[in-house]
Amino acid sequence: MSDKIIQITEMNKWFGDFQVLKNINLEVEKNKKIVVCGPSGSGKSTLIRCINRLEEHQEGSIIVDGNELTADTKDIEKIRAEVGMVFQQFNLFPHLSILDNCTLAPIWVKKMPKKDAEDLAIQHLEKVQIADQAHKYPGQLSGGQQQRCAIARALCMEPKIMLFDEPTSALDPEMIKEVLDAMVNLAKAGMTMIVVTHEMGFAKEVADEVIFMDEGMIVEKADTKEFFANPKSDRTKLFLSQIL
Amino acid sequence: MNKLNFLQPDKNNLNTYLYTGTILVALSIFIVFLNSFFKKDLISFLPGTLSFFLPLILGFIGLHLIRIEYSGLKFLDSVNKHINTNNFNAFLSLLIVFVVIKSLPPLLSWFILDANIAGDSKDVCTGTGACWTYIKIWFNRFMYGMYPNAEQWRINLSFIALAFLGTIGFFATEKFKKYLTLYYVVIYPVIAFFFIFFFISGGPIFFDFSYGIIAAVISIIIGFFIPSKFKMYYFIIVPITLYILLKYVFFYEELIELGKLEALEWVETGAWGGLSLTFIVSFFCLIFCFPIGLFLSLGRRSDFPIIKYFSIGMIEFWRGVPLITVLFMSSVMFPMFLPEDMFIDKLVRVIIAISLFEAAYVAEVIRGGLQALPRGQYDAAKSLGMGYWKMHILVILPQALKLVIPGIANTFLALVKDTPLIFVVGLLEIVGMLNLAKTNPEWLGFAMEGYVFASVLFFIICYAMSKYSYNLEQKYKTER
Repeated sequence: MSDKIIQITEMNKWFGDFQVLKNINLEVEKNKKIVVCGPSGSGKSTLIRCINRLEEHQEGSIIVDGNELTADTKDIEKIRAEVGMVFQQFNLFPHLSILDNCTLAPIWVKKMPKKDAEDLAIQHLEKVQIADQAHKYPGQLSGGQQQRCAIARALCMEPKIMLFDEPTSALDPEMIKEVLDAMVNLAKAGMTMIVVTHEMGFAKEVADEVIFMDEGMIVEKADTKEFFANPKSDRTKLFLSQIL
Repeated sequence: MNKLNFLQPDKNNLNTYLYTGTILVALSIFIVFLNSFFKKDLISFLPGTLSFFLPLILGFIGLHLIRIEYSGLKFLDSVNKHINTNNFNAFLSLLIVFVVIKSLPPLLSWFILDANIAGDSKDVCTGTGACWTYIKIWFNRFMYGMYPNAEQWRINLSFIALAFLGTIGFFATEKFKKYLTLYYVVIYPVIAFFFIFFFISGGPIFFDFSYGIIAAVISIIIGFFIPSKFKMYYFIIVPITLYILLKYVFFYEELIELGKLEALEWVETGAWGGLSLTFIVSFFCLIFCFPIGLFLSLGRRSDFPIIKYFSIGMIEFWRGVPLITVLFMSSVMFPMFLPEDMFIDKLVRVIIAISLFEAAYVAEVIRGGLQALPRGQYDAAKSLGMGYWKMHILVILPQALKLVIPGIANTFLALVKDTPLIFVVGLLEIVGMLNLAKTNPEWLGFAMEGYVFASVLFFIICYAMSKYSYNLEQKYKTER
């Protein structure tokens, strides 16, 4: 087994007649951090939603940790359990406490004993510094705290890959930092991460590679330093000049 | 210096305004009160229209005078804040008070003062009020229908036992709390079914019930010695095996012989009736229609075309036909499609029919809740590796059902109030019994009392249900 944990080859995806993703080729090695950026509507979110098959692709292949995602993948749940995801809108379960949010999937999906699941959850909540809120409900927390809880919830499944879908876009500016800090710590711990974000500071700090997408295509893919120092395509230059 | 301005009362001269206003309001209420309770008209010297509206005008002026903001008097401030905020509200408040005063005497006299309850024939009912004797004499019938008098203890016993078993949840210790859902959703309905179907019915079928009880008791006793690891399987397999063994292998012949001697008298479902039948029908329909509705609502959103269109078909069909036709069909048409020797009891058919009918409504109510959930909840559950059932049971349904408690309660109340319709197939629950009793030649002319009685009973049942649903709503309320 190579250390390529995600392999996407010539993948195409349509929403009805509209082609959202065009000829995507992407390989992600273990422990690498990839940042995906690009203007809105460029298909970034759709791309990472395809990686745990929240969206289906129509052509090409996606191989995650040695399993190809196809329409008749029976154990799609197993693959999803290995791929953690953090959403723009947090998507915590409002009817459960923070602790229960974190232990729900380990208990019911991984059949972990309740005691162990709770210990694990507290451990991860401590890492994102909200262990003291464990018995509150999501509605009682601030946006930043909710997003950190969502990260902890995904980590409790002990995933091999973490996907972040614009994790800071729905937050107030002063809360962005606390979430980014949690993500930086996670990156330093060696997690494989694919992050869709507009936070270029974060990209510069942790990313190994930056991918720039526009109109459903990967326009540019380069090492982080290379990407910011001398972007090749004009589209990338324009984007960077607007965002930096 | 403190000039009185009756158009704009203020805090100066507070007492003057207060006394004048209070006296005017009190006077207006007094006039109406005298008029309504003692038929004395204090203001009859005035022309007709004026004397009719005078109390209203007096009270209105009085309320206007005492409408003083921040008077410092707690009671006055609270009155002004709640019923006397402006002229329109003052007018409405007065009107409501007058209507209540006006309507109390006739109601009181009909219900209590001029009503009769003594005696045991309609001859005692000479007053102009209600004849509660009628209800008293027929009370047994209204409660139990045509169920034989000597056997009514069976209904009482079953209902008391079920009521007791139903309240067990309140006394459960922490250790058993997690089994409560299982208990109420599966075990309790099964017990209720056993009681009602076998015990109230009686006859040879009663022995099924006895075998069931014996099997349950034996398995519970042995159950204490079984390692907890296997308990789950044990309590499913052993009672059923025991039951089958008891019935078909060991005691079959002997007990059949015994049965002829000591079985409970068989009472056919046609004789069941009255309020107890209302309870039985409502109870089972509520229990059955909820899960069926739940599955239909999930089915309607399914990706599999067969399940999806089957669910849509079911929902639209049952919503599209009137309940009364469904009941007719169940009793008249349905048996024609069955094989010659197959017989399904009328009551069972009716319960199935009503359950399916109401399930369609429940399904649409639940679908509303499912649609109210943001798509992100599905995404989050899926991304954590949950399959369809785990996602729905752990994440989606707890939230969706919480949202639709008012809608479900609405449907359930409608169901309870729809049960009288089963008279079309010859089952007489309480309203059916009333209709029967009012046509009895010896008791003609007391329909009013009967319907009032039934209304009060239905109101109590439905109000209790609605209160309960409101409690549930509060209990499961979490901030979003």
